Amino acid sequence: MARYEVYVTYKQGIFDPPGATAERALANLGYEGVRSVKIGKYIQIEADAGLETVREMCERLLANPVIEDYRIVTEGEA
Amino acid sequence: MRFGVVLFPGSNCEQDVVHAAQTLGLTAEYVWHGDTDLSGFDAVVLPGGFSYGDYIRCGAVARFSPVMAEVVRFAERGGPVLGICNGFQILTEAHLLPGALLRNTGLKFICHPQPLRVERSVCHWLDLPEGTVVDIPVNHNEGNYYCDDETLERLNANGQVVLRYCEPDGTRAPGGSAPNGALDDIAGVCNERGNVFGLMPHPERAVDPLVGTTDGRPFFTAIAKRLAEVAG
Repeated sequence: MARYEVYVTYKQGIFDPPGATAERALANLGYEGVRSVKIGKYIQIEADAGLETVREMCERLLANPVIEDYRIVTEGEA
Repeated sequence: MRFGVVLFPGSNCEQDVVHAAQTLGLTAEYVWHGDTDLSGFDAVVLPGGFSYGDYIRCGAVARFSPVMAEVVRFAERGGPVLGICNGFQILTEAHLLPGALLRNTGLKFICHPQPLRVERSVCHWLDLPEGTVVDIPVNHNEGNYYCDDETLERLNANGQVVLRYCEPDGTRAPGGSAPNGALDDIAGVCNERGNVFGLMPHPERAVDPLVGTTDGRPFFTAIAKRLAEVAG
């Protein structure tokens, strides 16, 4: 059994309304140094599957390659 | 002429589509998402709603429903397929239509009548002249159409942009007329062949004079007319 962490984020240049809202809200709270906030998804997977298979899961279902990038972190044996 | 209206878990506009078809003297029947047989249907409609709770992404789970493999085959054979709102999202996830639907830029769920401009397109589902303005309700949270520059160029060159959000007089505001931030004000697109059409607005809710507009009628009658002509 292996454990994976998957981070799904919008591709560069795609407007992220919740991220932009958080960015403005932080500025309203007085945090002046905030350049950019992006909000994405974090997915934990425990599976008897190799990295290639997890990559396929991302391509087919967990991320939409038209608008999203994904990054898989292998966490080792679960 | 028989419409098949696909019912996914979480669809909620299927009755409106069936009612619209019946109001126009057309036949429509439900198709369960687990069904794998579309024989006997002349056109397929994927209705609006929140299939599978919009989990992962809108339409991302529904596109793997058993019925969808058959919808893809139906479309590949040239069968007319219409996706309304969540149905449009499902068609993009299934790669039957290009692009994707992102969260509305204002973060608001939008729900109001919306003027739309009919563009010159290859779409089989609409026979209104270019420049016609129709008033159709929008009702969505993720209707912000996006595709890359290359795809947009191809959509425009091939006549695949069917509808654009516009002002009541049919013009487009300099900053854009889309209430959801959609790229190039795009409200509806079709595939290159013209038989698969997806749009965010709800024409099925603009068929009965009771609700104040019947501008949605051609979205169902044009395809019926076209199929009757093909059948000779």
